[in-house]
Amino acid sequence: MALHVDDLRVYYRTLAGDVKALDGVTFDVADGEIMGLAGESGCGKSTLGNSLIRLDGRMRYIGGHAVLDGEELPVWDDDAMDRFRFRAVSTVPQYAMSALNPTRKIGRMIHELLRARGVEQIGGRQEIARRLELVGLDRGVLDLYPIELSGGMKQRVVMVISTLLDPSLLIADEITSALDVSTQKAVAETLVGFRDRGFVKSMIVITHDIAVLHQIADTILVMYAGKLAEKAPADEIVANARHPYTRLLISSLPEVGVRYAERRLTGIPGRPPSLLDPPAGCRFRDRCPLATDRCMQEPPWIEENGRGIACWEAAAMPAAQADAPLVAGAL
Amino acid sequence: MLRLDHVSKTYRVGAFGRGRLAAVRDVSFELRPGEVLSLIGESGSGKSTIGRMILRLLRTSGGSITYDDADIARLRGDELKEYYRRVQGVFQDPFSSYNPIFKADRVFAMIRAEFFPRVGQDEWRQRVHDALEAVSLNPADVLGKFPHQLSGGQLQRLLVARALLLDIRYFVADEIISMLDASTRIDVLNLLADLKSRGLGILFITHDLSLGNYISDTTIILRHGSIVEMGETEKVFGDARHPYTKNLLASVPHMHEKWQSNGSGPGTNGVAQPAIATPELVLIEEGHLVAAS
Amino acid sequence: MKGLRESLHFARRNRKLVFGASVTGAMLLFALVGPLFARHGPLVFVPDMAVAPTTHDGYWFGTTLQGQDVYAQFVNGLRLAFIVGAVGGGIAAGIGMLVGFTAGYRSGVVDEVLNMLTNVVLVIPTFALLLVIAAYLQVRGVVPESVFIGITSWPWAARALRSQTFTLVSRDFVDLARLSGRSSWKIIFREIAPNMASYLVMMFILLFGGAILIAATLDFIGLGPSNTISLGMMMQLSVQNAALQLHLWWWFLPPGLAITAIVGSLYVMNVGLDEVFNPKLRET
Repeated sequence: MALHVDDLRVYYRTLAGDVKALDGVTFDVADGEIMGLAGESGCGKSTLGNSLIRLDGRMRYIGGHAVLDGEELPVWDDDAMDRFRFRAVSTVPQYAMSALNPTRKIGRMIHELLRARGVEQIGGRQEIARRLELVGLDRGVLDLYPIELSGGMKQRVVMVISTLLDPSLLIADEITSALDVSTQKAVAETLVGFRDRGFVKSMIVITHDIAVLHQIADTILVMYAGKLAEKAPADEIVANARHPYTRLLISSLPEVGVRYAERRLTGIPGRPPSLLDPPAGCRFRDRCPLATDRCMQEPPWIEENGRGIACWEAAAMPAAQADAPLVAGAL
Repeated sequence: MLRLDHVSKTYRVGAFGRGRLAAVRDVSFELRPGEVLSLIGESGSGKSTIGRMILRLLRTSGGSITYDDADIARLRGDELKEYYRRVQGVFQDPFSSYNPIFKADRVFAMIRAEFFPRVGQDEWRQRVHDALEAVSLNPADVLGKFPHQLSGGQLQRLLVARALLLDIRYFVADEIISMLDASTRIDVLNLLADLKSRGLGILFITHDLSLGNYISDTTIILRHGSIVEMGETEKVFGDARHPYTKNLLASVPHMHEKWQSNGSGPGTNGVAQPAIATPELVLIEEGHLVAAS
Repeated sequence: MKGLRESLHFARRNRKLVFGASVTGAMLLFALVGPLFARHGPLVFVPDMAVAPTTHDGYWFGTTLQGQDVYAQFVNGLRLAFIVGAVGGGIAAGIGMLVGFTAGYRSGVVDEVLNMLTNVVLVIPTFALLLVIAAYLQVRGVVPESVFIGITSWPWAARALRSQTFTLVSRDFVDLARLSGRSSWKIIFREIAPNMASYLVMMFILLFGGAILIAATLDFIGLGPSNTISLGMMMQLSVQNAALQLHLWWWFLPPGLAITAIVGSLYVMNVGLDEVFNPKLRET
């Protein structure tokens, strides 16, 4: 078991109170597994990714554990995490490609970064160039300034840098969001290539785009309002989701081939609850077509045979009925 | 009818403005009432530039844009205002479209002040309510609130409502749903499709092929400022001929099939492409044109 | 507006702002009320020369070497300081806003022309110019001095406002205002300027304080108004008359402290205001 996370809770301190951004998540990521973390804005996926590497000073650890390769990650302490950052756990943060120092050539920036981390001896320029070539970039990139590179190139440079020390766990936060569709494919495939070549043992890929996750992830974990909704192998989530939120979400995504005139898709009415003062019980119940009185009590996370779900109705429903199309507002 | 004839836009770049960057090259198409036209392109394709030129926020460098046979570049003052009565737009970032220090419904007050100064208080209130209803917003939820108190979806719908207060014929939607969450996107998209049934001509600018395919009647694929393929949506998506279009379609992540690893590299490996001659568009079948490649 | 209430909430709690505003306010009060207590005019010669501060005969701040009432001069100078600040700072702010907004909103040729103008005014040697002007004018009053300060200190304000306007012009709400048929000037004053309100307030405070400081410097080197006594001139005269060596501390200490107090507290107020307006700087 590469990564084991147990009931992790992280809140954000604000003037108005605590924002319960991540409110108790439990899951495992196996060696060599690419786990996709999907959800809409505010669901807590970025918070989860960040809490495993602690780069955001506003986060307040509340409780829970994370164990990587048998060793406990000190997710409550920014300073103690420093030992693990970049070595055991690494991240490609959101907007990383826009955060490259515009006044430094790429090669020099990497060198300074490694020196700051005390690892400048790892293979040196040769190894870096080799890895760049493996992701389809010419080694001449090291002599260019960030402004001379396209978005996709910058993203791949950042990915190479983040994985230079062959981390056990890589957290990729929205790395394809700002890219064009053709570069998106290249970058996503690069990510899989890292895993296949052994640069990275396991990955958590955070994105709102379930379609991309379906292409590259082995498992997909869907989050809603700070809690886990559903977990399943990538193919099954798309074809056979069981949590009402997942099903409504997937059915609201237009695919090439679906036209308004033929089949009008619907979204999910309403908005996610405020995380300052979340409602008791299931946080999706106000928007859920299957909600009953039982949902006033928080549904437990039940995991078996590689599938997990937190829903009273879905867990109890027989398989045949679960396949019937779900329409928001109906029932 | 809104027509673009050989429209181009060139920027001066570099020291002393010696270099030239062609953002839009020789683009021609028509937008008709009651029709949704998707302008699909990646970043740098010039699609937003075209939208802004249609909205008279940018000047064309060459060619002409005509509204009912009148060249819009010549419009001034009151004539320009008349144009804005008929042609409106909404942009990508809902939070940037509102002045953060004022309430969100100030956008309605602005329309009233500039276009309907003589309309009475009660009648105006009724018109606002009608417009909000047309976009499925509850007036009590959105009136009197600041932009940061509303969601992205509500803000975008408010902007559509604002446009509906005028008697518009054409609507430019520039990536209006790309910053919204997946579950609200489709509702705003459906709203646009409903507007079509009111007789509006909609220019839907996007980088997302599945969205374009969902609501549009006609599709234009734009690359580096020029059109590579255009025609009826079913034909362009169903029977793509240009290699760029095919590459785009192959790169879209589907949910019911995996990517073919055809080894195709990313679209652009470098940054700015050198100036290339605009290829001619060839009619290959009824309602389907492709650029010679 | 919620923003205003929130700002006032933080404003009251910000120690720098409260301190700065209190000191400036106290000095202003002094300037308004003080002259009522002066027994003599600022330029009037009294029989007692070089007298230390005493309550006798109203010489609260003593007299100068030539026999002028230091207190009277002081409160007069204090008033002049605020006038120079308001007029000089106001003119500089006005020109700065006009040039800055126009250059930022219009860009293109207009922007380049205004930029050139700004740069030219920026590098004009003000002292040399003032010397030339001083040579031609028979009598120089406070108002001409303020005007001169105003028309030579606006460039940095114009630059700052131009770049602020640039960032706001690129926001979509400006485009939306254009799509609503709003004219350019209306957009500048009803959409852009209100967004910069905090910036404009702070800029005015800096120009105000800066004008006072420039006036004091000009006065100190003898280029001040010729028909009255200001704080800077008091310091100039006291140095000229070797007040330091003669231990006539009451002559140069009050004006020096006053200038330092006003300008210093204005700057402190500005730092405090920055924290109030910029949520990220607040110590939460």
